[in-house]
Amino acid sequence: MLILFIISSLSISALDTPNDAGGSVTLKFSYPFPFISGEIMRREEGKEFERMVAVSPSDTYWIDNSVEDGVKYYYQVVLTTEEGVVASEPASVISSPQWFHKGRTTMLIVVLVVCGLILFFIRQAKGGKGLYIRQIAGLEAVDEAVGRATELGRPVMFIAGIMDIDDLQTIAGITILRRVAKKAAEYESQILMPTSRSLVMTAAQETVKEAYYDAGRPDIFNPNNIFYLTDDQFGFAAGCDGIMMREKPGAIFLMGSFYAESLILAETGHSVGAIQIAGTAMPSQLPFFVTACDYTLIGEEFFAASAYLSKDPLQLGSLKGQDWGKAMFLALIVVGTVLATFGFTIIKDILMVQ
Amino acid sequence: MIQTIGIWVAAFLTLCIFSFLYKDNPFYKFAEHLFVGVSAGYWAMYSWYNVLLPNLGRPLFIEHELILLIPFILGIMMLLRLFPKIGWISRWPLAFIVGMTSGYYLVTFLQTNALEQARATIVPLQNINNIILVIGVITGLFYFFFSTEHKKAVGVMARIGRMFLMVAFGASFGYTVMARISLLIGRFYFLLGDWLRLL
Repeated sequence: MLILFIISSLSISALDTPNDAGGSVTLKFSYPFPFISGEIMRREEGKEFERMVAVSPSDTYWIDNSVEDGVKYYYQVVLTTEEGVVASEPASVISSPQWFHKGRTTMLIVVLVVCGLILFFIRQAKGGKGLYIRQIAGLEAVDEAVGRATELGRPVMFIAGIMDIDDLQTIAGITILRRVAKKAAEYESQILMPTSRSLVMTAAQETVKEAYYDAGRPDIFNPNNIFYLTDDQFGFAAGCDGIMMREKPGAIFLMGSFYAESLILAETGHSVGAIQIAGTAMPSQLPFFVTACDYTLIGEEFFAASAYLSKDPLQLGSLKGQDWGKAMFLALIVVGTVLATFGFTIIKDILMVQ
Repeated sequence: MIQTIGIWVAAFLTLCIFSFLYKDNPFYKFAEHLFVGVSAGYWAMYSWYNVLLPNLGRPLFIEHELILLIPFILGIMMLLRLFPKIGWISRWPLAFIVGMTSGYYLVTFLQTNALEQARATIVPLQNINNIILVIGVITGLFYFFFSTEHKKAVGVMARIGRMFLMVAFGASFGYTVMARISLLIGRFYFLLGDWLRLL
């Protein structure tokens, strides 16, 4: 009688794992009675059951990642109890890939809204509508810093962080480099740029070369001033410190992704009397730049630099669109917080992305 | 014996680097050049054996995964900058990397830096910590509005946001300085203990 009750309450359900690329089945099972040992068995159409995995009383699900899409599988949970061996009714399932991840619908909507806003404001800017951008002190000082270095007869030093070209901060740094290089070319000044990645060196050489061409001074462009030091974080910092002490640059730009070497670089730059402008989105390094540099671009300011410096309608439109994106999140936070205070978590749930 | 030599070399190089605190000098230059040279060589070999060979060399030339011809060709295009006349070709793989990176990270950053942060900020205003968190995030966001003039109410919010940022930077500064001092203590422990055996 007890065995019959155990069999009837022993159940297994099998379903194609949702929102995946296929090749996976999720099994859920329940066994309300204690058992000595348990196993999950699997068979394909027309074949014998084979043992897949052992289960313990605390297991309630198992994901089988060894299935083929389009093949029908039968699963069974088999338990050994003190009364004997009992098996559940087999459950069948066919695995298949899904084209759309339903758990990421919110992300799709957010991407579409933000990109839509950006495209809308780019269109407006291209149509001739003047877009305002607030003053960013650190960027106002770029020309002043290059000019000061020129007056002192010293080179300008630019460090684009220690990460590779696939880091967005490095890309933002290279964008600012173009403006700095153009100004340096106009003032007939030289740029020194040690890099810690070979690809950054390549990209920087191209950028500076173009800037010197734009300024009409390709003759004074020296590709050897943009050189690779080492990939090693502190080896790079030691090398940069040495260059600062020997070349005594009049202006130092620290624009990119920095880690523990940030204070070492900024402190040495300060000691040689250079005007320093830093920009990074690394929250842990910003305090050091704020302390040791004359101007610091904080997070988003660093990414806005390109639009600010170029005043290009396309980039200004993009910046305006991003501001509206921020406003959207601001509104969501305010409404979500008020609702959460009264016990409703609907906004928080909507923002959940798997 | 070898360990003793290693300790003496490490101690000498540590003192060479410390000498920078006085001023730039030949000892620092020696340690700096040694460090830069050794690390550049190390990373070149590391990249060859741990990146290029396992991810491209073996799969492409031994296991014949032909899809890897694409990065192989992009890599060759990059090397063409060694030949000035056709060096312009190297811009193509660079453009590919920069463009692909920007697109790839759009979704990742939007999720981690926007959606997740917004979710984490939506908290019931039932205690002082939550209130400070929400006010800090909202005013901080105002500081990062670029297309609006920071005047009147927006200006006040942005100024409060800036104050929150500075307080956060100050706390982070203190925390990290303490961590750096522990590194310095570790170095002194090495000099006085392992090297001079005074501890």
